[in-house]
Amino acid sequence: MADLSANFLGIKSPNPFWLASAPPTDKQYNVLRAFEAGWGGVVWKTLGSQVKNVSSRYSAVDYGGHKVMGFNNIELISDRPLDINLREIAECVRLFPDRAMVVSLMADNSREKWHELIAQVEDTGAHGLELNFGCPHGMTERGMGAAVGQDPEIAKMVVEWVMERATIPVITKLTPNVHSVVPTGRASVEGGTHALSLINTIQSITGVDLDTFVPNPYVAGKSVYGGYCGPAVKPIALKMLTTIAQDPVTARVPVSGIGGVSTWKDAVEFMLLGASNVQVCTAVMKHGFRIVEDMIDGMNNWMDEKGFKTLDDFIGKSVPTITHWEDLDINYHIVANIDQDKCIHCGLCYIACEDTSHQSINLTYGNPYNTYSIKEDECVGCNLCKLICPVDSCITMVEQRKGDEYLNWKEFQQRGMPLNDH
Amino acid sequence: MAIQNNRLTTEQYEQNFSDIHPPFDSREAALVEANRCLFCYDAPCTKSCPTSIDVPKFIKQITTDNIKGSAYTILDANIMGGGCAKVCPVEKLCEGSCVFNLMDEPPIPIAKLQRYSTEKAIAHKWPLFQRKPSTGRKVAVVGAGPAGLSCAHALSREGVDVTIYEKESKGGGLMTYGIAAYKVTPEFCEEEVNFITSLGGIDIKYEQELGKTISLDELRANYDAVYLGIGVGVARQLNIPGEDLTGVEDAIRFIYDIRERGYPSVPIGDKVAVIGLGMTAIDAATQAKRLGASEVTIVYRRTQAEMPSTEVELNLAKLDGCNLIWLASPKEIKGENGRVTQLICSVMEMGVPDTSGRRSPVETGKTIALYVDMVIKAAGQVPYEALVSTNQLDHWNGKIAINGEATNLPGVFAGGDCVNGGKEVVDAVQAGKDGAKAILNFIQSE
Repeated sequence: MADLSANFLGIKSPNPFWLASAPPTDKQYNVLRAFEAGWGGVVWKTLGSQVKNVSSRYSAVDYGGHKVMGFNNIELISDRPLDINLREIAECVRLFPDRAMVVSLMADNSREKWHELIAQVEDTGAHGLELNFGCPHGMTERGMGAAVGQDPEIAKMVVEWVMERATIPVITKLTPNVHSVVPTGRASVEGGTHALSLINTIQSITGVDLDTFVPNPYVAGKSVYGGYCGPAVKPIALKMLTTIAQDPVTARVPVSGIGGVSTWKDAVEFMLLGASNVQVCTAVMKHGFRIVEDMIDGMNNWMDEKGFKTLDDFIGKSVPTITHWEDLDINYHIVANIDQDKCIHCGLCYIACEDTSHQSINLTYGNPYNTYSIKEDECVGCNLCKLICPVDSCITMVEQRKGDEYLNWKEFQQRGMPLNDH
Repeated sequence: MAIQNNRLTTEQYEQNFSDIHPPFDSREAALVEANRCLFCYDAPCTKSCPTSIDVPKFIKQITTDNIKGSAYTILDANIMGGGCAKVCPVEKLCEGSCVFNLMDEPPIPIAKLQRYSTEKAIAHKWPLFQRKPSTGRKVAVVGAGPAGLSCAHALSREGVDVTIYEKESKGGGLMTYGIAAYKVTPEFCEEEVNFITSLGGIDIKYEQELGKTISLDELRANYDAVYLGIGVGVARQLNIPGEDLTGVEDAIRFIYDIRERGYPSVPIGDKVAVIGLGMTAIDAATQAKRLGASEVTIVYRRTQAEMPSTEVELNLAKLDGCNLIWLASPKEIKGENGRVTQLICSVMEMGVPDTSGRRSPVETGKTIALYVDMVIKAAGQVPYEALVSTNQLDHWNGKIAINGEATNLPGVFAGGDCVNGGKEVVDAVQAGKDGAKAILNFIQSE
């Protein structure tokens, strides 16, 4: 049995699975249910000045018959009174002392307001603070949330205010609604934050109702940009996470990974790319807290299989494999191979290659089943056919190096080697 | 033992003749299956459809909520796509070749999805097709069955004025008169015919029979071309003693009665033997059981390997509790007081392969006796040989001979069961399309 216990800035939790700051963590009732289900920790839904929410609040993107591939919300920070939140946080800490309790904060834009809020939250016994510099809707219009996270100078200033007062660990949550998360990440680290978390939601319109012509979610004939999350954003989150893990300044602090984590596999991927733990929201909003059972179990089995005893054994392990394009080995060459015994003759590989790629697949007519085979000389090894093939391991990519030695683009140019002639 | 009608309660009849392939309950249910479709290229399902319906396309259109487009895709290739969705032996056509079979997974329920789109089109009377302005050309079609209707629709779309002469009082041919009621209801058949003729330019004249109320010469004189889609006639004679006894029925007549007269009016025996093992035999046997016969036995002179019915159909009969006797060939029907009491069969065995490798059943000399009060003959149907030869049409044993779709008589075309001797509805629809194409070429080159 591997050891899944996590230690994030001294905040301990029995596993690296936290619930992200969001509706599932906005009151004692939900949080206690989450802890009972086995979640390692929570980031309590953002506290700040009093707000009011609207109805409706969520919309989703379905794809190919699967519901909620992407999820969008226009909720603001907690709309419950601060004193009730604080009392409930203290009660949750008392009832589950072994779980991580981090509180998300978004104070009004003044040093005093931040200091006041931090003092009140620390009194609850919470273990850490997460600064919400990421919320893309509602609060930005008031100069908060992403409005802070999008400006490194302002972010740094607010972090400095926080660090003046905070006595417990501080995590700064970054917005993805920027061309790069690194500048604000660096500014936050330079301002003294103990850790970073990312990504917050991505500004979005999930779709337009084709009868009312109003985008989703619908609020009395209008809509607003919402924050996008769920499985659809995972690739973007992983990329942003990796840029933070590779930057020499931001790499100095631990990172909590967020963005479409739904399974133990997703969590492992985030951690391989530098996250010390992960935060989850959309997946529990779709399935309930019970999904943590397989997250724990699956990660445990995977670690056992790989021989990893603790989380530190694999955190960040994949970061060095992301390189620059010009350092890739041009001599590496693969070609597709179709296993005729597994082929079901759907023709998807053929039409994709023929219409959109390199015309590298032969069609031999049959009734009703055509036979498809690879023109090895034409195949550029793009993976497209393999990706769309519906049969597991039917199309594999076989290595056929162009040369024995490593050869990158710069050397290729220097040697004056020939480009494609067709 | 007796042959009698009205054996069951209204509820029992309703239950026994309810749709055996119920439609999807909801859009969601249809989408689950539609989304499974891989959208194959040069798809095996399409290639296995005699009318070449672009199956992946119409299923994709269901997933995008483009049901009108989906219905058009189907009906443009097969104007009886609604009925075919209910009666096609899809297990040997589209669904039988679905690539999921090769993964040992259930195929896409193509027929059910096809029904989903076409039923909406027919129920809402969507005007999916527009007729080109009338060209003034006139074509007579004989028979408002699948071949004739398909031909008429294709011709009318091109601006040809079509008159269909139909000997029955309703259109649809075997779809209306010759298929088990639990597969397709008479009401649906009528709606389908109305949907087809709603295009305009198609006038159906009912109770007009070739050789009786109308003549081919007359039609040839009055129209630019004639299309014969006259189908095939009664069940093949067994040519054995006792065939004229009361209680010996023709499967086609039996099925026709069930559809025309209503379930309680159709008399059925206690113990029924059905001869043959094609689709019609199955339809007769299962419906005999469903009308209240206590024992139904299907008698077939070959083995399961040779049966024309599909296994799915055979299982239908088995699930209805029909007995099966393989390698039994009717030899004599015995009776008392002019009524059937026994069917005597020769026990057969499969002989040595002939030069083509085909094995025929041969008698073993043994016989068996089935104590029955009704015998339903479903060993194939006989073409209208007399009618065909009287009209100087070239033929093979009554099956009209065609070259392309043209008969030996200039301007006279033919297709469907009267040419092929009896195949599926979907084959007849394709024949009608081909016929229309040939006729258009003919009248344009005139």
